[in-house]
Amino acid sequence: MELRVEEIKQKAAEAARNEVLHQTLSTAGDRFVALREAGFSQLNDPEGLRIRGRKVKERSLADLPRLLRLLEKKVTDAGGVVHWAKDAAEARSIILDLADRYGVKTVVKGKSMMTEEIGLNRAFSRKGIEVWETDLGEFIVQLADEIPSHIIAPAIHKNKEEVARLFCEKLGVPYTVNPEELTMVARRTLREKFLGADMGITGGNMLVAETGTLVLFENEGNIRMSTSLPRVHVALIGIEKVVESWDDFGVLLTLLSRSAAGQKMPTYLSLITGPRKPGERDGPEAFHLVLLDNGRSRILGDEVFRESLFCLRCGACLNVCPVYKRIGGHSYGWVYSGPIGILLNSELLPPGSARDLPYASTLCGACVEVCPVMIDHPKLILEFRRRLVEDPVWKGRRVLSRIVPIKIYAWISVRPVLFRFAGSMARTFQALLAPSGEWKWLPKAVARWGAERRVPWFKRPFSSRWKKLKTSGK
Amino acid sequence: MQGKKSPRKVSLFIPCLVEHFLPRVGEATARILTRAGMEVEYPDRQTCCGQMQFKTGYQQEARKMARHFLRVFKDSEAVVAPSGSCVGMVRHHYPELFRDEALLLKQAEALGRRTYELTEFLVDVLGIVDLGAEWPGKAVYHDSCQVSRVLGVREQPRMLLSRVHGLEMVEMEHQETCCGFGGVFSLEFPAVSEKITGDKASAVVKSGAGFMISAEPSCLLNVGLYLEKMGEHVKALHIAEVLAHQAGEPWN
Repeated sequence: MELRVEEIKQKAAEAARNEVLHQTLSTAGDRFVALREAGFSQLNDPEGLRIRGRKVKERSLADLPRLLRLLEKKVTDAGGVVHWAKDAAEARSIILDLADRYGVKTVVKGKSMMTEEIGLNRAFSRKGIEVWETDLGEFIVQLADEIPSHIIAPAIHKNKEEVARLFCEKLGVPYTVNPEELTMVARRTLREKFLGADMGITGGNMLVAETGTLVLFENEGNIRMSTSLPRVHVALIGIEKVVESWDDFGVLLTLLSRSAAGQKMPTYLSLITGPRKPGERDGPEAFHLVLLDNGRSRILGDEVFRESLFCLRCGACLNVCPVYKRIGGHSYGWVYSGPIGILLNSELLPPGSARDLPYASTLCGACVEVCPVMIDHPKLILEFRRRLVEDPVWKGRRVLSRIVPIKIYAWISVRPVLFRFAGSMARTFQALLAPSGEWKWLPKAVARWGAERRVPWFKRPFSSRWKKLKTSGK
Repeated sequence: MQGKKSPRKVSLFIPCLVEHFLPRVGEATARILTRAGMEVEYPDRQTCCGQMQFKTGYQQEARKMARHFLRVFKDSEAVVAPSGSCVGMVRHHYPELFRDEALLLKQAEALGRRTYELTEFLVDVLGIVDLGAEWPGKAVYHDSCQVSRVLGVREQPRMLLSRVHGLEMVEMEHQETCCGFGGVFSLEFPAVSEKITGDKASAVVKSGAGFMISAEPSCLLNVGLYLEKMGEHVKALHIAEVLAHQAGEPWN
């Protein structure tokens, strides 16, 4: 599946008309929203906790260089190896080299948005290395040759009938829509892969610098197996995920698990400090931590956008977003979706490729209310729009449709007499264009807007009614 | 309830959508404020707050319009508008526009503190919840995002509506969800906007209400014009229209 962020408008329009997709996303989204609300309602001071969460991220990012150096030292002391990757290409080559060095033929993966960010699966396939996604949702999207459409529920866009057909076709099992049976099919298939894999690859939810520990959240147990059964464990994680201490970890643990699925704690919480030590029974022989920048230090240097690096990847903003619930994750054209996807995709993709993305929001602010670290998505989206008006390519395509009307309107607006006159002209034109109460002609953009709505009518304006209203004593 | 020292004189701020498409909402606002004992004035050099320019990224143009607005309402004791988004623009975004101009920033912040959405002015400033209004029928209130999330005004309209004689309030599914307008969003993504609006319209119809009441002109036009085109019999009303109607008054 090839996604192109440039095609967001077409993709979004198609997806918006897909009522099955909307039903699937609404049902799942509402369930996540209810779980999150129940999880937060148990807290004494949810707002206070969100503020503490935000402070943890602010503090950690302000001190990032020191924390990363401390982390590197601690991971190394524990017997792990730290690799630094400045971009996707570097990260891919580091991981492919490791696979080469350890003679890897089969890889099992835990769910990781970072590996999507660098296109790791395709790189492995090109090298002839077999890769298996082991998260149930990721397994489904891998079989369908798609990418995840939600940060924590990769196959949220598929209903059980679609999954049943997919398993039937790709795995040759009898058709069933029973979720438990479908899960058992995946489990049987994946169990063999775990036992035969040479390398396990995961992402990571946090890094605790003071002990050099990688933190992984999951509910299925597949990450636990990916990190303990194969000979080698490689974790790929963004540099912004480091915190200093276990106190910081505690704050983010509470926020992340409750925001994602209303849980006090994830079902499985893995805290990994280096590879298996002498005398230990489980764990890999080698542990490699790949720290990826891929544009993050650039974002960190941006006074407005740095806030988007606070994101814990809980997915709460997607579940409440009216636009996401209508267009689904794939419309956003790249790895991330929903309100946070508008920000991250715009920031991480090459400049100029995601020009329409900042408009894929009604600025309703539902995302801000649920964000565990209080990211102000609308504010950042508005900043993208502000910077777009200085972009020559964007400007070139919107001279008549946007720039001229906006500037003329602004120019008239500071001239009250002209403003009133223009209003009465508009009313006169309306009488000419819609003599019988139906519009004969409308500008294309307005006509499209009015496809399912009526276009409003100019009335005798309030300003000219005021005098009479005032003298009549209301 | 009576928080601040009550002003006696208010300046009407009539947003451009109300001026041209919903002038009766402006008239209703003036009536309510007069009935609440205010001396009401209408500074006739007012035009538009510049929200569209700001939200499409044209800050320079928005700044010019904001300066005009600051001049027009410079001497107003209190400014009241029947719109959440325009008040949000003045209160929250004007200070952003002038963050590098100390004098204008000070003026903008001061004006932001004296500019109110209609229902918050009535309840929070004047301490009025019962206006003696009458509106027979069943209605659902739509929490516009700009009113509820941006201004934090959720209870005030409900308190006012609960005292309207003959009016029965019902709730709808996904009460807090956006109506899909989003200004420029609806022009850039018309197909998506339309579907979200359709979802909101269905929720309104499903609630069994005969009226959808909102404190925000843009949501009102968006959902109202959708319902109209679909041939639904639910009427979209601004809260000012409901609150302004007194028992025994003629219907128009």
